[in-house]
Amino acid sequence: MSIHAYQTWIRIWAMALRHYYLIRGSWPRLLELIYWPALQMTLWGFITIFFETHSSWVAQAAGILISAVLLWDVMFRAQISLFLSFIEEIWSRNLGHLFVSPLRPSELIAALLLVSLVRTLIGVGGAAILAIILFDVSVFSLGIALAAFFANLIVMGWALGLIVSGLVLRFGQGAESLGWAAIFLVQPISGVYYPISILPDWLQPIAAAIPSAHIFEGLRAVLIDETFRMDLLFNAIALNVAFVVVSISIFFMILRYARIHGQLLQLGE
Amino acid sequence: MSKTIVSVRNLSKQYGGVVAVDRISFDLCRGSTVGLLGGNGAGKTTTLGMLLGLLLPSSGEIRIFGENMIRHRHRALPWMNFSSPYVDLPHRLTVRENLIIYGHLYGLTGIKSRITQLASDFDLTEFLDRPAGKLSAGQKTRATLAKALLNEPRLLLLDEPTASMDPDTADVIRGYLENYQRETNATILLASHNMSEVERLCSDVLVMRAGGLVERGSPSNLIARFGRQTLEQVFLDIARDRDKSRDTA
Repeated sequence: MSIHAYQTWIRIWAMALRHYYLIRGSWPRLLELIYWPALQMTLWGFITIFFETHSSWVAQAAGILISAVLLWDVMFRAQISLFLSFIEEIWSRNLGHLFVSPLRPSELIAALLLVSLVRTLIGVGGAAILAIILFDVSVFSLGIALAAFFANLIVMGWALGLIVSGLVLRFGQGAESLGWAAIFLVQPISGVYYPISILPDWLQPIAAAIPSAHIFEGLRAVLIDETFRMDLLFNAIALNVAFVVVSISIFFMILRYARIHGQLLQLGE
Repeated sequence: MSKTIVSVRNLSKQYGGVVAVDRISFDLCRGSTVGLLGGNGAGKTTTLGMLLGLLLPSSGEIRIFGENMIRHRHRALPWMNFSSPYVDLPHRLTVRENLIIYGHLYGLTGIKSRITQLASDFDLTEFLDRPAGKLSAGQKTRATLAKALLNEPRLLLLDEPTASMDPDTADVIRGYLENYQRETNATILLASHNMSEVERLCSDVLVMRAGGLVERGSPSNLIARFGRQTLEQVFLDIARDRDKSRDTA
């Protein structure tokens, strides 16, 4: 490893350490990592038990709703964890110190992704284990497909997280509620719990333009038809590449805007 | 390395139609401590922000250690640091945790011993494991100063370094900065409203008014030129000239 790469890694590690210290020092934050995913999964677990006796669609693929809620939570946790880690710097008025240190914006983003990955693995991983214990549903039985779904959903969550983080940098903390709400805009058209085909005709092309819709269609193909649809996976990957390029571009453009307008020194509680 | 550490040429910053900094030029030489003075809104913070790269200039050039700060600021940043009572350290982390993180960000080795040394120098030892948000204003300022000195910077930018400190602590900090500058031959740019502090620490003073650089000289030179007893009187003369010109307008 070159000295430059080593220094980069140390700075990314330092920012990850910053969030480890933060979580370690606050048991509510620690609890929150797993609380919401576990609660959501439990709720949908009971709904599944009910539907299994009242819906032939759910009955034909045991665990379809629990698997869907766990995978949805991958995207949600990825987005919200990245957003929360970023906004923590704004709440603590720390951006000024960070941006005059040798930390580069790309390293800050890498650290946000790393922290988001760990938080998502803890939160959703815990809920997935609980699903096995409580409902005898193992999302891990998806095998290699799970890895493909997980990777795509977490990348889409990161892309959305970067965009909403940028919006808070641009518009201040007044835009903070966007960070919490933005992902729910894409939930109805992601087809998390139902096929995209039930959406109105005019909405289906919009759904087809987001990676998560292809992933959840792919999940249903695996669980109902026992088929792994490579076409859906490639669609999701291609769309994710576009999402990542757009989100990183937006974040850097807003960062430049913030440097032009002096917002890195002004943002705070 | 050139004796000129900071070179600023025709630096301007405009926000819409408002001129915050107006074509200022100055050099800072290695080993000098220079005061940046001016009333509220004179352009000091904007100038510091541009030197640090937090703010992009509208026009002009900044070179620090010979590096163009608009294009290659990350080449200079490892050798610089900054302290301001208006930019906090994360409140929920302890002082020690904050210093460890910044130690890593600046690529230090021997972080623990450096923190122990700085905690002793800034009388922070008993507060090291206290969350930064639970420190008093003076303690916060000292913690931020400790962060600013972690990497033993060759260029130190200080905004109100003794704000919120009692006179005794402020005196100790000034003594520390004098020693640090003498021992390391560092360059210090100090924005302050405390004129006795500037007189004590600074070999040279830049005075800003309405975004422009209106005076430059050593404190004694400025005092003599204005026929005054103290730098504070000089500052008032300069600031009230602005008011006179407004009255005339």
